[in-house]
Amino acid sequence: MNQEALRTAILDSLREIAPQADYGRLGDADDIRDSLDLDSMDILNFVIALHARTGIDVPERDYSKLGTMAKALAYLSAPAGGSG
Amino acid sequence: MPALGADMEAGTLLRWLVKPGDAVKRGDIVAEVETDKADVEVEIFDTGTVVALLVGEGEKVPVGTPLATLGPAGAPAAADTVSPVPPPPVAAIHRAPPPAAAPPAPAPFRRGGRVTPTARLLAERLGLDIAGITGSGIDGAVTKADIERAAQAPRGPVTAEPARLRSSPAARRRAQDLGLALASLPGTGPGGAVTLADVERAAAAPQPPRKTEAPPPPVPRAPGPDRILARRRAIAAAMSRSNREIPHYYLGTRVDMTNALAWLERTNQDRPPQSRLLYAALLLKATALAVREVPEMNGYWADDAFQPSEAVHLGMAISLREGGLVAPAIHDANRLPLEDLMAALRDLVTRARAGSLRSSELADPTITVTNLGEQGVETVFPVIFAPQVAIVGFGKITREPWAVGDLVGLRPIIRASLAADHRASDGHRGGLYLNAIGRLLQEPEKL
Repeated sequence: MNQEALRTAILDSLREIAPQADYGRLGDADDIRDSLDLDSMDILNFVIALHARTGIDVPERDYSKLGTMAKALAYLSAPAGGSG
Repeated sequence: MPALGADMEAGTLLRWLVKPGDAVKRGDIVAEVETDKADVEVEIFDTGTVVALLVGEGEKVPVGTPLATLGPAGAPAAADTVSPVPPPPVAAIHRAPPPAAAPPAPAPFRRGGRVTPTARLLAERLGLDIAGITGSGIDGAVTKADIERAAQAPRGPVTAEPARLRSSPAARRRAQDLGLALASLPGTGPGGAVTLADVERAAAAPQPPRKTEAPPPPVPRAPGPDRILARRRAIAAAMSRSNREIPHYYLGTRVDMTNALAWLERTNQDRPPQSRLLYAALLLKATALAVREVPEMNGYWADDAFQPSEAVHLGMAISLREGGLVAPAIHDANRLPLEDLMAALRDLVTRARAGSLRSSELADPTITVTNLGEQGVETVFPVIFAPQVAIVGFGKITREPWAVGDLVGLRPIIRASLAADHRASDGHRGGLYLNAIGRLLQEPEKL
Protein backbone atom coordinates (compact mmCIF):
# COMPACT_ATOMS: atom_id res chain seq x y z
CA MET A 1 0.00 0.00 0.00
CA ASN A 2 1.53 3.33 -0.99
CA GLN A 3 1.65 6.43 1.20
CA GLU A 4 -1.31 8.15 -0.42
CA ALA A 5 -3.53 5.08 -0.10
CA LEU A 6 -2.46 4.74 3.51
CA ARG A 7 -3.19 8.38 4.20
CA THR A 8 -6.65 7.95 2.70
CA ALA A 9 -7.25 4.83 4.79
CA ILE A 10 -6.18 6.64 7.96
CA LEU A 11 -8.34 9.67 7.25
CA ASP A 12 -11.37 7.57 6.29
CA SER A 13 -10.99 5.54 9.47
CA LEU A 14 -10.78 8.69 11.56
CA ARG A 15 -13.77 10.25 9.82
CA GLU A 16 -15.78 7.20 10.67
CA ILE A 17 -15.09 7.76 14.36
CA ALA A 18 -15.15 11.56 14.57
CA PRO A 19 -17.16 12.65 11.54
CA GLN A 20 -17.64 16.21 12.63
CA ALA A 21 -13.99 17.15 13.12
CA ASP A 22 -12.23 19.56 10.77
CA TYR A 23 -9.71 17.43 8.91
CA GLY A 24 -8.43 20.34 6.83
CA ARG A 25 -6.72 21.58 9.97
CA LEU A 26 -5.11 18.31 10.98
CA GLY A 27 -1.41 18.75 10.20
CA ASP A 28 0.98 15.82 9.79
CA ALA A 29 2.70 16.65 13.07
CA ASP A 30 -0.43 17.35 15.10
CA ASP A 31 -1.35 14.99 17.90
CA ILE A 32 -4.35 13.12 16.47
CA ARG A 33 -5.77 12.22 19.85
CA ASP A 34 -5.71 15.77 21.18
CA SER A 35 -6.74 17.44 17.91
CA LEU A 36 -9.80 15.23 17.46
CA ASP A 37 -10.52 14.75 21.19
CA LEU A 38 -10.43 10.96 20.95
CA ASP A 39 -10.87 8.69 23.95
CA SER A 40 -9.57 5.15 24.31
CA MET A 41 -12.78 3.73 22.81
CA ASP A 42 -12.23 5.96 19.76
CA ILE A 43 -8.64 4.78 19.44
CA LEU A 44 -9.77 1.15 19.57
CA ASN A 45 -12.44 1.83 16.95
CA PHE A 46 -9.82 3.60 14.83
CA VAL A 47 -7.54 0.54 14.98
CA ILE A 48 -10.48 -1.73 14.13
CA ALA A 49 -11.42 0.46 11.17
CA LEU A 50 -7.83 0.61 9.99
CA HIS A 51 -7.60 -3.16 10.23
CA ALA A 52 -10.76 -3.56 8.16
CA ARG A 53 -9.49 -1.17 5.50
CA THR A 54 -5.84 -2.18 5.22
CA GLY A 55 -5.55 -5.60 6.82
CA ILE A 56 -2.87 -4.19 9.11
CA ASP A 57 -3.32 -5.35 12.69
CA VAL A 58 -1.74 -2.81 15.01
CA PRO A 59 -0.95 -4.51 18.32
CA GLU A 60 -2.02 -2.70 21.45
CA ARG A 61 1.52 -1.86 22.54
CA ASP A 62 2.01 0.06 19.27
CA TYR A 63 -1.04 2.33 19.54
CA SER A 64 1.24 5.13 20.68
CA LYS A 65 3.09 4.90 17.37
CA LEU A 66 0.00 6.19 15.60
CA GLY A 67 0.14 9.48 17.50
CA THR A 68 0.40 11.81 14.50
CA MET A 69 -0.27 11.41 10.79
CA ALA A 70 3.46 11.43 10.06
CA LYS A 71 4.17 8.78 12.71
CA ALA A 72 1.24 6.66 11.63
CA LEU A 73 2.34 6.71 7.98
CA ALA A 74 5.88 5.77 8.94
CA TYR A 75 4.71 2.98 11.21
CA LEU A 76 2.13 1.51 8.85
CA SER A 77 4.41 1.54 5.82
CA ALA A 78 7.37 -0.03 7.65
CA PRO A 79 7.76 -3.74 6.82
CA ALA A 80 7.67 -4.66 10.51
CA GLY A 81 4.45 -2.77 11.04
CA GLY A 82 2.84 -5.17 8.60
CA SER A 83 -0.01 -7.52 8.82
CA GLY A 84 1.19 -9.52 11.83
CA MET B 1 -44.94 8.58 26.25
CA PRO B 2 -42.44 6.75 28.43
CA ALA B 3 -40.25 8.59 30.93
CA LEU B 4 -36.80 8.16 29.45
CA GLY B 5 -34.96 9.36 32.50
CA ALA B 6 -36.24 10.93 35.68
CA ASP B 7 -35.88 14.47 34.38
CA MET B 8 -37.96 14.02 31.23
CA GLU B 9 -41.29 15.87 31.12
CA ALA B 10 -42.32 15.54 27.47
CA GLY B 11 -41.22 13.97 24.22
CA THR B 12 -41.84 14.47 20.53
CA LEU B 13 -42.93 11.49 18.49
CA LEU B 14 -40.63 11.55 15.47
CA ARG B 15 -41.66 8.48 13.56
CA TRP B 16 -43.94 5.49 13.88
CA LEU B 17 -42.40 2.19 12.84
CA VAL B 18 -45.68 0.29 13.10
CA LYS B 19 -49.21 0.88 11.84
CA PRO B 20 -52.66 -0.28 12.98
CA GLY B 21 -53.04 -3.98 12.32
CA ASP B 22 -49.36 -4.78 12.83
CA ALA B 23 -48.52 -7.60 15.18
CA VAL B 24 -45.93 -6.58 17.73
CA LYS B 25 -43.92 -8.48 20.28
CA ARG B 26 -42.82 -7.33 23.69
CA GLY B 27 -39.59 -5.41 23.13
CA ASP B 28 -40.16 -4.55 19.46
CA ILE B 29 -39.08 -1.04 18.56
CA VAL B 30 -42.28 0.69 17.55
CA ALA B 31 -41.44 4.36 17.40
CA GLU B 32 -38.74 6.97 17.60
CA VAL B 33 -39.06 9.73 20.12
CA GLU B 34 -37.05 12.89 20.51
CA THR B 35 -36.30 14.07 24.02
CA ASP B 36 -34.24 17.05 25.08
CA LYS B 37 -31.26 14.76 25.42
CA ALA B 38 -31.40 12.30 22.55
CA ASP B 39 -33.41 10.50 19.92
CA VAL B 40 -34.68 7.28 21.40
CA GLU B 41 -36.03 4.06 19.97
CA VAL B 42 -39.12 3.18 21.97
CA GLU B 43 -39.66 -0.48 22.78
CA ILE B 44 -43.13 -1.86 23.37
CA PHE B 45 -43.83 -3.57 26.67
CA ASP B 46 -46.36 -6.18 25.59
CA THR B 47 -47.25 -8.54 22.79
CA GLY B 48 -50.36 -8.01 20.68
CA THR B 49 -51.75 -6.12 17.73
CA VAL B 50 -51.59 -2.38 17.21
CA VAL B 51 -55.17 -1.15 17.27
CA ALA B 52 -54.69 2.58 16.86
CA LEU B 53 -51.97 5.21 16.93
CA LEU B 54 -53.04 8.05 19.22
CA VAL B 55 -50.21 10.52 18.72
CA GLY B 56 -49.16 11.79 15.32
CA GLU B 57 -45.63 12.14 14.02
CA GLY B 58 -44.16 15.48 15.05
CA GLU B 59 -46.49 15.86 18.06
CA LYS B 60 -44.97 16.72 21.43
CA VAL B 61 -46.81 15.20 24.38
CA PRO B 62 -46.23 14.99 28.16
CA VAL B 63 -44.82 11.87 29.77
CA GLY B 64 -47.64 9.45 30.53
CA THR B 65 -49.69 10.25 27.44
CA PRO B 66 -50.84 7.03 25.73
CA LEU B 67 -49.12 6.77 22.33
CA ALA B 68 -51.12 3.87 20.92
CA THR B 69 -53.59 1.22 21.88
CA LEU B 70 -52.73 -2.42 21.77
CA GLY B 71 -55.22 -5.27 21.42
CA PRO B 72 -54.76 -9.01 21.84
CA ALA B 73 -52.86 -10.75 19.06
CA GLY B 74 -55.00 -10.98 15.95
CA ALA B 75 -57.31 -8.13 16.96
CA PRO B 76 -58.64 -6.05 14.07
CA ALA B 77 -57.28 -2.57 13.59
CA ALA B 78 -59.68 0.19 14.58
CA ALA B 79 -59.14 3.31 12.59
CA ASP B 80 -61.03 5.78 14.72
CA THR B 81 -62.28 4.28 17.94
CA VAL B 82 -59.93 4.40 20.83
CA SER B 83 -59.98 1.90 23.63
CA PRO B 84 -57.36 2.71 26.20
CA VAL B 85 -55.40 -0.25 27.45
CA PRO B 86 -53.60 -0.15 30.77
CA PRO B 87 -49.84 -0.13 30.28
CA PRO B 88 -48.25 -3.47 31.09
CA PRO B 89 -44.62 -3.82 32.29
CA VAL B 90 -41.46 -3.36 30.25
CA ALA B 91 -38.82 -5.38 28.31
CA ALA B 92 -36.95 -5.77 25.06
CA ILE B 93 -36.79 -7.40 21.65
CA HIS B 94 -36.93 -5.86 18.20
CA ARG B 95 -38.92 -5.38 15.06
CA ALA B 96 -38.59 -7.57 12.01
CA PRO B 97 -37.16 -5.49 9.21
CA PRO B 98 -39.65 -4.49 6.55
CA PRO B 99 -39.06 -6.08 3.13
CA ALA B 100 -35.48 -5.03 2.56
CA ALA B 101 -34.38 -2.79 -0.26
CA ALA B 102 -31.41 -5.01 -0.99
CA PRO B 103 -32.29 -8.22 -2.86
CA PRO B 104 -30.72 -10.85 -0.55
CA ALA B 105 -32.92 -9.97 2.40
CA PRO B 106 -31.45 -11.44 5.56
CA ALA B 107 -33.72 -13.59 7.64
CA PRO B 108 -34.68 -11.49 10.62
CA PHE B 109 -33.01 -12.40 13.87
CA ARG B 110 -35.90 -12.94 16.20
CA ARG B 111 -35.68 -13.32 19.87
CA GLY B 112 -38.74 -15.21 20.97
CA GLY B 113 -41.65 -13.85 22.95
CA ARG B 114 -40.78 -15.06 26.38
CA VAL B 115 -37.22 -15.83 27.29
CA THR B 116 -35.76 -15.94 30.75
CA PRO B 117 -32.83 -13.54 31.22
CA THR B 118 -30.35 -16.32 31.94
CA ALA B 119 -31.51 -18.15 28.83
CA ARG B 120 -31.05 -15.03 26.73
CA LEU B 121 -27.55 -14.45 28.06
CA LEU B 122 -26.58 -18.04 27.45
CA ALA B 123 -28.04 -18.04 23.95
CA GLU B 124 -26.17 -14.87 23.08
CA ARG B 125 -22.96 -16.32 24.40
CA LEU B 126 -23.44 -19.48 22.34
CA GLY B 127 -24.58 -17.59 19.26
CA LEU B 128 -27.92 -19.40 19.19
CA ASP B 129 -31.05 -17.94 17.67
CA ILE B 130 -33.77 -18.16 20.31
CA ALA B 131 -36.53 -18.06 17.69
CA GLY B 132 -35.55 -21.54 16.57
CA ILE B 133 -35.83 -22.97 20.08
CA THR B 134 -38.97 -24.44 21.58
CA GLY B 135 -39.64 -23.19 25.07
CA SER B 136 -40.61 -25.57 27.85
CA GLY B 137 -41.13 -23.00 30.61
CA ILE B 138 -44.25 -21.18 31.78
CA ASP B 139 -46.32 -19.98 28.81
CA GLY B 140 -43.78 -21.54 26.48
CA ALA B 141 -40.96 -19.43 27.82
CA VAL B 142 -37.51 -20.42 26.63
CA THR B 143 -35.44 -21.42 29.64
CA LYS B 144 -31.75 -21.98 30.23
CA ALA B 145 -32.34 -25.74 30.01
CA ASP B 146 -33.91 -25.29 26.56
CA ILE B 147 -30.86 -23.39 25.38
CA GLU B 148 -28.51 -26.02 26.75
CA ARG B 149 -30.51 -28.71 24.97
CA ALA B 150 -30.46 -26.75 21.74
CA ALA B 151 -26.73 -26.18 22.04
CA GLN B 152 -26.15 -29.92 22.14
CA ALA B 153 -28.54 -30.80 19.35
CA PRO B 154 -27.06 -31.11 15.88
CA ARG B 155 -27.63 -27.88 14.03
CA GLY B 156 -30.08 -28.12 11.19
CA PRO B 157 -30.43 -25.74 8.28
CA VAL B 158 -32.52 -23.41 10.40
CA THR B 159 -29.60 -22.44 12.55
CA ALA B 160 -27.08 -22.30 9.73
CA GLU B 161 -24.86 -19.30 10.43
CA PRO B 162 -27.37 -17.67 12.74
CA ALA B 163 -24.75 -15.36 14.16
CA ARG B 164 -24.22 -13.66 10.83
CA LEU B 165 -27.83 -12.63 10.75
CA ARG B 166 -27.80 -10.98 14.13
CA SER B 167 -27.98 -7.26 14.08
CA SER B 168 -29.00 -4.37 16.25
CA PRO B 169 -32.15 -2.43 15.36
CA ALA B 170 -30.11 0.71 14.74
CA ALA B 171 -27.85 -1.26 12.42
CA ARG B 172 -30.80 -2.67 10.47
CA ARG B 173 -32.36 0.72 10.05
CA ARG B 174 -29.12 2.32 8.93
CA ALA B 175 -28.37 -0.55 6.52
CA GLN B 176 -31.82 -0.18 5.04
CA ASP B 177 -31.34 3.56 4.62
CA LEU B 178 -28.04 2.94 2.87
CA GLY B 179 -29.33 0.04 0.79
CA LEU B 180 -26.79 -2.38 2.26
CA ALA B 181 -27.46 -6.09 2.70
CA LEU B 182 -26.91 -6.90 6.36
CA ALA B 183 -26.11 -10.53 5.64
CA SER B 184 -23.05 -9.48 3.69
CA LEU B 185 -21.54 -7.43 6.53
CA PRO B 186 -19.06 -8.76 9.06
CA GLY B 187 -20.41 -8.29 12.58
CA THR B 188 -18.28 -7.30 15.54
CA GLY B 189 -21.03 -7.23 18.18
CA PRO B 190 -21.98 -9.94 20.67
CA GLY B 191 -22.24 -13.31 18.94
CA GLY B 192 -21.08 -11.72 15.70
CA ALA B 193 -24.03 -9.36 15.63
CA VAL B 194 -23.89 -6.61 13.04
CA THR B 195 -23.77 -3.32 14.94
CA LEU B 196 -24.38 0.23 13.83
CA ALA B 197 -20.62 0.76 13.73
CA ASP B 198 -20.25 -2.18 11.34
CA VAL B 199 -22.83 -0.72 9.02
CA GLU B 200 -21.21 2.71 9.10
CA ARG B 201 -17.87 1.09 8.40
CA ALA B 202 -19.26 -0.86 5.46
CA ALA B 203 -20.89 2.29 4.14
CA ALA B 204 -17.62 4.17 4.45
CA ALA B 205 -15.50 1.41 2.92
CA PRO B 206 -14.26 2.06 -0.57
CA GLN B 207 -16.46 0.59 -3.29
CA PRO B 208 -14.87 -2.10 -5.52
CA PRO B 209 -14.32 -0.03 -8.68
CA ARG B 210 -12.41 2.63 -6.85
CA LYS B 211 -11.13 5.01 -9.48
CA THR B 212 -12.52 7.96 -7.66
CA GLU B 213 -12.04 8.60 -3.99
CA ALA B 214 -14.41 6.85 -1.63
CA PRO B 215 -17.24 9.08 -0.48
CA PRO B 216 -16.83 10.42 3.03
CA PRO B 217 -18.75 8.44 5.63
CA PRO B 218 -22.19 9.73 6.44
CA VAL B 219 -22.07 12.50 9.00
CA PRO B 220 -24.53 11.95 11.83
CA ARG B 221 -27.08 14.68 11.92
CA ALA B 222 -25.32 17.46 13.79
CA PRO B 223 -27.65 18.89 16.41
CA GLY B 224 -28.50 22.53 15.90
CA PRO B 225 -28.06 25.25 18.52
CA ASP B 226 -31.65 24.74 19.71
CA ARG B 227 -31.02 21.08 20.36
CA ILE B 228 -27.77 21.77 22.18
CA LEU B 229 -29.49 24.42 24.31
CA ALA B 230 -32.33 22.02 25.08
CA ARG B 231 -29.88 19.31 26.01
CA ARG B 232 -28.00 21.73 28.26
CA ARG B 233 -31.25 22.67 29.98
CA ALA B 234 -32.19 19.04 30.49
CA ILE B 235 -28.84 18.37 32.13
CA ALA B 236 -29.24 21.55 34.20
CA ALA B 237 -32.65 20.41 35.44
CA ALA B 238 -31.47 16.90 36.30
CA MET B 239 -28.32 18.02 38.09
CA SER B 240 -30.11 20.82 39.98
CA ARG B 241 -32.70 18.36 41.16
CA SER B 242 -29.98 15.96 42.24
CA ASN B 243 -28.11 18.58 44.22
CA ARG B 244 -31.35 19.90 45.73
CA GLU B 245 -32.81 16.56 46.76
CA ILE B 246 -29.94 14.19 47.33
CA PRO B 247 -27.67 14.56 50.36
CA HIS B 248 -24.48 13.35 48.67
CA TYR B 249 -21.50 12.01 50.51
CA TYR B 250 -18.18 11.45 48.75
CA LEU B 251 -15.45 8.88 49.20
CA GLY B 252 -12.27 8.21 47.29
CA THR B 253 -9.58 5.58 47.16
CA ARG B 254 -6.57 4.64 45.05
CA VAL B 255 -6.47 1.32 43.25
CA ASP B 256 -3.32 -0.37 41.98
CA MET B 257 -3.99 -1.36 38.36
CA THR B 258 -0.78 -3.38 37.84
CA ASN B 259 -2.52 -6.76 37.78
CA ALA B 260 -5.43 -5.55 35.72
CA LEU B 261 -3.27 -3.95 33.03
CA ALA B 262 -0.84 -6.88 32.87
CA TRP B 263 -3.72 -9.32 32.47
CA LEU B 264 -5.29 -7.11 29.84
CA GLU B 265 -2.06 -6.91 27.86
CA ARG B 266 -1.68 -10.69 27.89
CA THR B 267 -5.32 -11.17 26.94
CA ASN B 268 -5.28 -8.66 24.12
CA GLN B 269 -2.01 -9.58 22.48
CA ASP B 270 -3.41 -12.58 20.62
CA ARG B 271 -6.69 -10.96 19.73
CA PRO B 272 -7.67 -9.14 16.56
CA PRO B 273 -8.55 -5.49 17.20
CA GLN B 274 -12.30 -6.02 17.27
CA SER B 275 -12.01 -8.56 20.10
CA ARG B 276 -9.73 -6.50 22.32
CA LEU B 277 -10.81 -5.30 25.72
CA LEU B 278 -10.35 -1.84 27.18
CA TYR B 279 -9.60 -1.47 30.86
CA ALA B 280 -12.90 0.38 31.11
CA ALA B 281 -14.62 -3.00 30.71
CA LEU B 282 -12.81 -4.25 33.83
CA LEU B 283 -13.83 -1.15 35.78
CA LEU B 284 -17.46 -1.60 34.74
CA LYS B 285 -17.55 -5.27 35.61
CA ALA B 286 -15.95 -4.73 39.00
CA THR B 287 -18.39 -1.91 39.76
CA ALA B 288 -21.35 -4.07 38.77
CA LEU B 289 -20.14 -7.14 40.70
CA ALA B 290 -19.33 -5.24 43.88
CA VAL B 291 -22.98 -4.35 44.50
CA ARG B 292 -23.65 -7.92 45.54
CA GLU B 293 -21.56 -7.13 48.62
CA VAL B 294 -23.19 -3.77 49.32
CA PRO B 295 -26.64 -3.90 47.72
CA GLU B 296 -27.72 -0.52 49.06
CA MET B 297 -25.74 1.13 46.25
CA ASN B 298 -27.93 -0.42 43.55
CA GLY B 299 -31.51 0.79 43.12
CA TYR B 300 -33.64 3.89 43.58
CA TRP B 301 -34.74 6.33 46.22
CA ALA B 302 -38.50 6.59 45.79
CA ASP B 303 -41.49 7.15 48.08
CA ASP B 304 -39.19 8.11 50.94
CA ALA B 305 -37.48 4.75 50.95
CA PHE B 306 -34.67 2.90 49.24
CA GLN B 307 -35.96 0.47 46.63
CA PRO B 308 -33.21 -2.05 45.97
CA SER B 309 -32.86 -3.50 42.50
CA GLU B 310 -32.24 -7.18 41.93
CA ALA B 311 -30.81 -6.55 38.47
CA VAL B 312 -27.69 -4.45 37.93
CA HIS B 313 -28.31 -2.13 34.99
CA LEU B 314 -25.10 -0.18 34.85
CA GLY B 315 -25.44 3.37 33.60
CA MET B 316 -22.47 4.61 31.64
CA ALA B 317 -21.88 8.36 31.37
CA ILE B 318 -21.00 9.03 27.73
CA SER B 319 -19.90 12.46 26.62
CA LEU B 320 -21.26 13.60 23.28
CA ARG B 321 -18.95 15.28 20.83
CA GLU B 322 -21.01 18.40 20.39
CA GLY B 323 -21.41 18.79 24.14
CA GLY B 324 -23.55 17.28 26.84
CA LEU B 325 -23.77 13.71 28.02
CA VAL B 326 -26.12 10.77 28.29
CA ALA B 327 -25.93 7.87 30.72
CA PRO B 328 -27.69 4.86 29.20
CA ALA B 329 -27.64 1.43 30.82
CA ILE B 330 -25.83 -1.78 30.03
CA HIS B 331 -28.42 -4.30 31.16
CA ASP B 332 -27.40 -7.04 33.61
CA ALA B 333 -23.79 -5.86 33.48
CA ASN B 334 -22.89 -8.03 36.47
CA ARG B 335 -23.76 -11.17 34.50
CA LEU B 336 -22.11 -10.39 31.19
CA PRO B 337 -18.79 -12.03 30.38
CA LEU B 338 -16.12 -9.38 29.76
CA GLU B 339 -16.23 -9.89 25.99
CA ASP B 340 -19.97 -9.26 25.91
CA LEU B 341 -19.68 -6.32 28.27
CA MET B 342 -17.02 -4.81 26.03
CA ALA B 343 -19.15 -5.33 22.93
CA ALA B 344 -22.14 -3.80 24.71
CA LEU B 345 -20.02 -0.83 25.75
CA ARG B 346 -18.75 -0.24 22.22
CA ASP B 347 -22.24 -0.55 20.81
CA LEU B 348 -23.67 1.79 23.43
CA VAL B 349 -21.03 4.49 22.92
CA THR B 350 -21.46 4.32 19.15
CA ARG B 351 -25.24 4.51 19.33
CA ALA B 352 -25.23 7.25 21.96
CA ARG B 353 -23.07 9.37 19.70
CA ALA B 354 -25.16 8.53 16.65
CA GLY B 355 -28.33 9.43 18.59
CA SER B 356 -30.05 6.05 18.51
CA LEU B 357 -30.51 4.86 22.07
CA ARG B 358 -33.39 2.64 23.17
CA SER B 359 -36.04 3.58 25.66
CA SER B 360 -35.18 0.84 28.16
CA GLU B 361 -31.52 1.87 28.15
CA LEU B 362 -32.36 5.41 29.17
CA ALA B 363 -35.13 4.59 31.59
CA ASP B 364 -33.66 2.06 33.94
CA PRO B 365 -30.02 2.36 35.05
CA THR B 366 -29.74 1.26 38.69
CA ILE B 367 -26.25 2.67 39.35
CA THR B 368 -23.95 4.72 37.11
CA VAL B 369 -20.24 4.87 36.31
CA THR B 370 -18.39 7.88 34.99
CA ASN B 371 -14.95 7.12 33.62
CA LEU B 372 -12.99 10.19 32.59
CA GLY B 373 -10.47 8.07 30.74
CA GLU B 374 -6.88 8.62 29.84
CA GLN B 375 -7.30 12.18 28.60
CA GLY B 376 -8.99 13.25 31.82
CA VAL B 377 -7.86 14.25 35.28
CA GLU B 378 -6.97 12.22 38.34
CA THR B 379 -10.18 12.46 40.31
CA VAL B 380 -13.87 13.01 39.62
CA PHE B 381 -16.48 14.04 42.20
CA PRO B 382 -19.64 12.98 40.39
CA VAL B 383 -23.27 14.00 40.82
CA ILE B 384 -25.82 11.22 41.27
CA PHE B 385 -28.47 10.72 38.58
CA ALA B 386 -31.73 10.75 40.56
CA PRO B 387 -33.53 8.56 41.48
CA GLN B 388 -30.42 6.36 41.58
CA VAL B 389 -28.47 6.40 44.84
CA ALA B 390 -24.86 6.04 43.78
CA ILE B 391 -22.37 6.90 41.08
CA VAL B 392 -18.82 5.62 40.81
CA GLY B 393 -16.12 7.73 39.18
CA PHE B 394 -12.73 6.79 37.76
CA GLY B 395 -9.98 9.24 36.88
CA LYS B 396 -7.09 8.56 34.56
CA ILE B 397 -4.38 6.05 35.37
CA THR B 398 -1.17 7.69 36.57
CA ARG B 399 2.18 6.18 37.51
CA GLU B 400 2.75 6.87 41.18
CA PRO B 401 5.04 5.85 44.00
CA TRP B 402 3.39 2.94 45.78
CA ALA B 403 4.54 1.05 48.84
CA VAL B 404 5.15 -2.62 48.14
CA GLY B 405 6.21 -4.26 51.36
CA ASP B 406 8.93 -2.01 52.72
CA LEU B 407 9.91 -0.72 49.32
CA VAL B 408 8.51 1.96 47.11
CA GLY B 409 7.85 1.23 43.44
CA LEU B 410 6.13 2.99 40.58
CA ARG B 411 2.70 1.57 39.88
CA PRO B 412 -0.18 2.43 37.57
CA ILE B 413 -2.77 3.88 39.93
CA ILE B 414 -6.39 4.85 39.32
CA ARG B 415 -8.45 6.98 41.69
CA ALA B 416 -11.89 5.55 42.26
CA SER B 417 -14.50 7.79 43.81
CA LEU B 418 -18.03 7.28 45.01
CA ALA B 419 -20.86 9.74 45.41
CA ALA B 420 -23.71 8.10 47.28
CA ASP B 421 -27.10 9.11 48.65
CA HIS B 422 -26.85 9.50 52.42
CA ARG B 423 -30.55 8.69 52.74
CA ALA B 424 -29.90 5.20 51.38
CA SER B 425 -26.49 4.41 52.88
CA ASP B 426 -23.74 5.67 55.15
CA GLY B 427 -20.05 6.27 54.63
CA HIS B 428 -19.06 3.00 56.23
CA ARG B 429 -21.03 0.97 53.71
CA GLY B 430 -19.91 3.21 50.86
CA GLY B 431 -16.32 2.57 51.88
CA LEU B 432 -16.87 -1.18 51.85
CA TYR B 433 -18.33 -0.87 48.37
CA LEU B 434 -15.44 1.16 46.97
CA ASN B 435 -12.93 -1.21 48.56
CA ALA B 436 -14.76 -4.17 47.06
CA ILE B 437 -14.32 -2.64 43.60
CA GLY B 438 -10.61 -2.20 44.28
CA ARG B 439 -10.28 -5.77 45.50
CA LEU B 440 -12.11 -7.23 42.49
CA LEU B 441 -9.77 -5.35 40.18
CA GLN B 442 -6.80 -7.21 41.72
CA GLU B 443 -8.06 -10.46 40.22
CA PRO B 444 -9.03 -9.47 36.67
CA GLU B 445 -9.10 -13.09 35.50
CA LYS B 446 -12.11 -13.67 37.75
CA LEU B 447 -14.12 -10.73 36.42
